[in-house]
Amino acid sequence: MKIASRAMALAGALSLSLLACGSQNSSTSTPQTDVGITSTEISLGGIFPVSGSASAYLSVAKGADAYFGYVNDHGGINGRKIKYTVVDDVYLPANTPAKARELVDADKVFAVYGELGTPTNLSVRDYYNQNSVPQMFVFTGSSHWGADYNQFPWTIGWQPDYVTESKIYAKYILQNEPNDKIGILYQNDDYGQDYEKGIKAGLGSKAGSMIVSEATYNAGDPTDMSSQVNKLKASGADTFFVVTTPAYAANAVVNAVKSGWKPKLYMNNVSAATSTWRGIATQLGAGASALDGMITTTYLKDPLDSKYANDAGVKLFKDVMTKYGGTLGGTPCDATGADSFCVSGMASAFTMVDVLKQAGNTMTRKNVMDIAAKKLNETNNPLLLQGIIVKTTATDHFPIQQEQLQKWQTDHWVPFGSVIDARAS
Amino acid sequence: MSRLLAPRNRFNLIAGFVGLVAFFVIPNVTDTFQTFEWAQVAAYAAAIIGLNVLTGYSGQISLGNGAFMAVGSYTTALMTTRLGVPYPVTIPIGALLAFVIGILVGIPALRLRGIYLALATFALALTVTPVLNNFDKFTGGHVGISLKPIHPAFGLPLSNEQWLYFFDWSLVLIVFVPAWLLIRSRTGRAWMAIRDSETAAVANGISLAYYKTLAFGVSAACAGVAGSLLVINIQYAQPDAFSLNLSLQLLIGVVIGGLAYVWGPILGASLAVWLPFFAERALGAKPDIGFGLFLIAVVFFAPNGLAGLIQRVTLRLHRPEGGVVAIPGVMEATPAEADQITT
Amino acid sequence: MSRCAAHTWATEGAPELIELAAQGFLPSFLQQMISGAAAGAVFASLALALVLIYRAMDIANFAQGEMAMFGTFIAYALITGDFGLIGTKLGFLQVHLPFWAAFALAVIVSFALGVLIERVLIRPFEGAPLLTLVIVTLGLFSIVNGTAGLNWGYVFKTFYSPFPSDAFEVGGIFIGKQDVGIIVVTLVVLAIVFVFFRYTRLGLAMRAAALYPEASRLLGVRTSWMLALGWGLAAAVGAVSGMMVAPIVFLDPNMMQSVLLFAFAAAVLGGIESPLGAVVGGIAIGILLALVGTYVPGGQNLRVPFGLLVMVGVLLVRPAGLFGHIEARRV
Repeated sequence: MKIASRAMALAGALSLSLLACGSQNSSTSTPQTDVGITSTEISLGGIFPVSGSASAYLSVAKGADAYFGYVNDHGGINGRKIKYTVVDDVYLPANTPAKARELVDADKVFAVYGELGTPTNLSVRDYYNQNSVPQMFVFTGSSHWGADYNQFPWTIGWQPDYVTESKIYAKYILQNEPNDKIGILYQNDDYGQDYEKGIKAGLGSKAGSMIVSEATYNAGDPTDMSSQVNKLKASGADTFFVVTTPAYAANAVVNAVKSGWKPKLYMNNVSAATSTWRGIATQLGAGASALDGMITTTYLKDPLDSKYANDAGVKLFKDVMTKYGGTLGGTPCDATGADSFCVSGMASAFTMVDVLKQAGNTMTRKNVMDIAAKKLNETNNPLLLQGIIVKTTATDHFPIQQEQLQKWQTDHWVPFGSVIDARAS
Repeated sequence: MSRLLAPRNRFNLIAGFVGLVAFFVIPNVTDTFQTFEWAQVAAYAAAIIGLNVLTGYSGQISLGNGAFMAVGSYTTALMTTRLGVPYPVTIPIGALLAFVIGILVGIPALRLRGIYLALATFALALTVTPVLNNFDKFTGGHVGISLKPIHPAFGLPLSNEQWLYFFDWSLVLIVFVPAWLLIRSRTGRAWMAIRDSETAAVANGISLAYYKTLAFGVSAACAGVAGSLLVINIQYAQPDAFSLNLSLQLLIGVVIGGLAYVWGPILGASLAVWLPFFAERALGAKPDIGFGLFLIAVVFFAPNGLAGLIQRVTLRLHRPEGGVVAIPGVMEATPAEADQITT
Repeated sequence: MSRCAAHTWATEGAPELIELAAQGFLPSFLQQMISGAAAGAVFASLALALVLIYRAMDIANFAQGEMAMFGTFIAYALITGDFGLIGTKLGFLQVHLPFWAAFALAVIVSFALGVLIERVLIRPFEGAPLLTLVIVTLGLFSIVNGTAGLNWGYVFKTFYSPFPSDAFEVGGIFIGKQDVGIIVVTLVVLAIVFVFFRYTRLGLAMRAAALYPEASRLLGVRTSWMLALGWGLAAAVGAVSGMMVAPIVFLDPNMMQSVLLFAFAAAVLGGIESPLGAVVGGIAIGILLALVGTYVPGGQNLRVPFGLLVMVGVLLVRPAGLFGHIEARRV
């Protein structure tokens, strides 16, 4: 590398150094492999809130990394081991771009996988796409990734998106409770609006008459939802759509119960962790019966549910978490499955490994991305509910679009009905 | 000429020369990640220069300069995406807007001092994110605004990050020189007089209202430029970036760098960007506890910040036999030097 | 309106109108007022802690919320036996205390921690400029928040509430028992603090040490220890605030941050030197926020800016707040 000369004249030194600046492009890749692939290793990267207030979500990375550890111990991917480098952006989109460059340029990863958060992923989507780095299976349910595929072909999501989820609720309500008066509580941003759009789209022409009230809050507001709940209650709604994040959802429901309002409850999947609602039930004491019948969706098996005690996939999960649960550092994933983020992490890691295996000897970024975005047809994911497939085609870039409804019963969720497919709508 | 070679000024010359060399060397020998981070240092440095003017020289504590950065950021983001204005043009516009808003904040701030001013600016910092989120039709809201990718101008053979680096640091120079000239002029002396004793300053005919609001305006303009640079670097503007955390980063940067030292802001900005990186590499995650301990340790052992520490150490090494003669500083004037004055 | 028409209105139309209002508007309004007052009581108790420290040493302790949160975690650990990372290392700490016992113990431990923090971290900076102290409290914020996060993680936990979660029903209006409980506890704490400062020798010594340090020292008051006691007391009061709010917002290391900013607003509104002002200011802000949230269009999303607007407004118009003394500046 050339070093700029120490000329006295500022202007002269400036122009000289500008001309002397070395190239910073990555090396050209050989046909069969790419940056981040060696004969023994596949290097993946991920940006997560390792610290800070959103660090509960780090469990996704822990679950994924545990599964990678398991795969590495069992032959790896065609002989190569996966190395997963996780860096911290504290969930702030202002930090993510620097971290993205760290992974791509300093750590030279093959692809980034499982990155968390909508604004955080949006802030680096341009960078990854410009540099042809696969931004794979981002961990957010925003509809952006599937909808914007043609503009950003290097980015793909994984979990069922929020619009799909809301349409499923709407479908169910139209079929079973067509006279509901609905009040919605949602976050006043892109995330919350995805749900609101989905519900309205799903209800179609009846949306105007069925939705009687809406209340919002800003992410980061104090979690006291009492004025929002009072407003919705006063509107006469008998059905409460809570599509928020866990802390606000819990507060809203407790407020509803406290104020004597006993609506039918619809809870979004993000806020539906069993452990959360067990805690709320304990807190409500006698009033916990108000929670019974609360509806949410799911697409993952719940290891805490005794009916999966002998399920092969859940057993695998427990094995993997016990043996490899702490590979990322910090508190390891709970092998009982109490942390549902660990479960979803491992489920999506299974898909990631699946894609890498399918790439076979053509371990290039383009091939791997093509498989993930256009040719996926995974039917054997150990942790997805039976019947749910991970599928992408040339025109459909939403990998998972099926969910199952479940009802809350005392201290756990009970699935009912069959898996609903929202792919057509 | 002898004044130029006095120890304090010799130190500044050497430091300046080293800095200049580093400036040209860095983007040549590092990868895009590090170059990018140094471009971020430039953005923070611009903001901290402004805060140094406000807090270091005129003595007004502000926990809210992040708000002024938001003005610059969103001006750039909105003008480039909605109006198609080239991004360099948006910078002076953003700075002007921020200047005006700084004056508007500075006027009521005249009534406040000490902890009350800290609380009021604390409130200012906290309002930015909710307001930006709420008026999303105008600001793009929580999903943020993506800028068009920025490539080197004039077809220069540089990587994107190298271009950002040179662009940002050029702007830091453009911000630094007027600020420095202001500090050396009557205005700067008025500021320092106000900082050291408001009553004495008034007794000497210095208009508190004029100089204090001017300090807010200048500080805000610097922060506005910094905000524009930040958005230009990451090509994305989003409300969460302007939380209280940003303002606190600036405050901590200016104190750790060294209040009322010329090089303080650059040291402070470097630390603000690089320390978390090294800490994370060493400890696996951004350390809160270590960070807090580090802060307290620094203000305890180096109350004049890093710049003060470095200066103390180097001057001690260079001290002529009789001690340092009291000359008004050519490049800086700080109360910290009082302890080195002998006759 | 002519007298005829007015008479007609009063005897015929009005009663229905009033009844309609009572059925629709009034219950909702009163309900909002009471929820707001309860939220306000939480702000009030943290504001009280802020005021105590300000009276002692003229600084705003930005870490007060974190200290309150930590005290709450201690109560949580005593109730559930979940001592986090430390607990798994020192397995013997398997306690399950009833709520009020844990409450009392947490208050005492918080007091001790407050004293410890003052002795170790604040005392070295006695006499330092304001900005330095601000940085120190910010450092303290990170340390306490980081310690809680490291030990217990960031997944939010439910915190047992000593008050039943149902409500008194009074003519169609639901008054949450928990809300009432919070208000009562806050008033009791205020009363204890008031009595302590007014009628005990120690309280008198603390007030003297804050106002006239040199003279107090001459009279044998150990002013340095009075400062430590002030911190301890503030930490204890803050812990009460945390334990009252945790059942509502759920326990996690960041739970007090939004409470803190409204507590600052409350302290400023009431007068940053006045304990009574802190409580009145807190309840006022709580009610104001609830009303703004309900009756101002879009107000729900702007609660934070609105609360801060109140604070800044008070600072500009009457910095001494409702109950504070206007201080002459000594040159």
